[in-house]
Amino acid sequence: MTTPTTPAATPTSPSAAQPIVSIAAVDKQFSRGDRGGRAITKALEGIDLDVAQGEFVSLIGPSGCGKSTLLRIVGDLTSPTRGTVRVNGKPANQARRDRDYGMVFQAPVLFDWRTVEDNVKLPLEILGYDDARRTARAREMLELVELGEFLRHHPYQLSGGMQQRVAIARALAFEPAILLMDEPFGALDEMTRERMNGEVLRIWQKTGTTVLFVTHSIPEAVFLSSRVVVMSARPGRITKVIDVDLPRPRTDETRETRRYFELVTDVREALRAGGAALDDSETVGGAAASVDRTMAEGAVG
Amino acid sequence: MSLNVQPIPGGPRSEAEAATGRRGAGTLRTARTLGFDLPAVIVFVGGIVAWELLVGALNLQTFVFPKPSAILAALQANWASGRFALLPSALATLQEALLGLAIGTVAGLAVALTTARWATARGILLPLAVAANAVPIIAFAPLLNNWFGLLNPLSKALMAAVLVFFPVMANVTRGLVQVDPAALELMRSYAASEWTILRKVRIPNALPYFFTAMKVATTLSLIGAIVAEYFGGAASVLGRMIVQSASALKFDITWAAILFGAVTGITFYLVVVAVERLVIPWHAAMRADG
Repeated sequence: MTTPTTPAATPTSPSAAQPIVSIAAVDKQFSRGDRGGRAITKALEGIDLDVAQGEFVSLIGPSGCGKSTLLRIVGDLTSPTRGTVRVNGKPANQARRDRDYGMVFQAPVLFDWRTVEDNVKLPLEILGYDDARRTARAREMLELVELGEFLRHHPYQLSGGMQQRVAIARALAFEPAILLMDEPFGALDEMTRERMNGEVLRIWQKTGTTVLFVTHSIPEAVFLSSRVVVMSARPGRITKVIDVDLPRPRTDETRETRRYFELVTDVREALRAGGAALDDSETVGGAAASVDRTMAEGAVG
Repeated sequence: MSLNVQPIPGGPRSEAEAATGRRGAGTLRTARTLGFDLPAVIVFVGGIVAWELLVGALNLQTFVFPKPSAILAALQANWASGRFALLPSALATLQEALLGLAIGTVAGLAVALTTARWATARGILLPLAVAANAVPIIAFAPLLNNWFGLLNPLSKALMAAVLVFFPVMANVTRGLVQVDPAALELMRSYAASEWTILRKVRIPNALPYFFTAMKVATTLSLIGAIVAEYFGGAASVLGRMIVQSASALKFDITWAAILFGAVTGITFYLVVVAVERLVIPWHAAMRADG
């Protein structure tokens, strides 16, 4: 096994330097305002997490564990009931105003009235880049996601995977301090998802950006991350943080190594220990089952 | 066609589909349109011929049901001169309708932008608008004639404007408000101002709704103008031509005037469709593909 050479692979735990994201004692409660009795749902409880510069951290857990809510709190799309979130040394709200976030959602959220190029330019227009810089930057980003030929296409002319790549190009276009990705490949088929995972790693290593990634696919979390944060449901808590020491760059062969299977098993056991029955998604179950099979074959061979 | 314009209609395409360019789609569409329209054209022409033959065969009197050929003859005889000069009348009515369309559209857009921007305004105005829309507004035509003058084209234009106002306001409001929540979150993540969101998301999102409204509004503006004219107006307008020729039992002229109105209405509609293709080509393409 080769030793990791890329700098991004080294920090598997938050370094002594100031973390780029610092989540401290965060609770989130949703109250449904029923007349009379107020039903309170504890979505998140006692969340502490630091993310270092350049890390790739995945949040994994069953539906309803609040992983998306946690991501949205970091991105200041919703606020915590208690606790603090600091990004780049600032409160999350200030970080959002300073445009520190690039967001990628499960749906690509592209505008059909804009061409692919103009969709990528959207944040640059809002940030007041001049026209020449917008064009140069949008084209550069589309080259990065290998959609340089599709500049003048409209989103509805692209496949789901291509649309999501445009969304990633758009999110990275203004060089945000951190990329927040909320199940970005959840709607894609397994093959496209694996290809997109490779793409994301390539882009991450090229740009050196910090990524916080929500998923409910165990193989995806292990393949991508420096660390996998395992969460349990009701209330949403962090039950385990697993360092992923797989060497980089990770390739399709990485998915067939013994260490990869061990880590997949570690994550799955952590999810089970957290009381997470993997009943929320067929993708997770199916992927886990196929990993089991491949592992058995690997053990024989 | 539904009013709800989803961001990804029909779902995304496959990689292969997307990779094979879009060339030839235009010609294909033209051919498809022709193939689609041909039966309609045949039925239309056949209907006219049957009408001509049946009136002759059943020996119907002209004042009951004139032959198409008689209507065409009346059209020719009364084209631009005489007591029933149809062309100048149609033009006068068209002017009233256009003025009404402009006033109603501008007012509808203004109210729609206000209600979309301020939730309070929405709470107050929308229920009122819905209630007012249930009123048979055309009944107000005599009142408008009374307020603004029987002979004043403005009284007809305002009737048209009131009819036009509601569909424009209701549709555009919907287009401005019914935006994908994820798109709003995206804009929020860019810390975009309300004004930026209006310009870059809400207004483009509302354009298809606006054109849908305009297709209805053009027809309504003509109806408004002609019906207001029924209750009295300047001598040479389409509504007066219809009423006066009918009371003079010159039904071939009545039919010719109606024909004028129909052609004007269809032209109006086609102009809107053409402008729509020009302004939001992505929408037509999306529909054709979806």
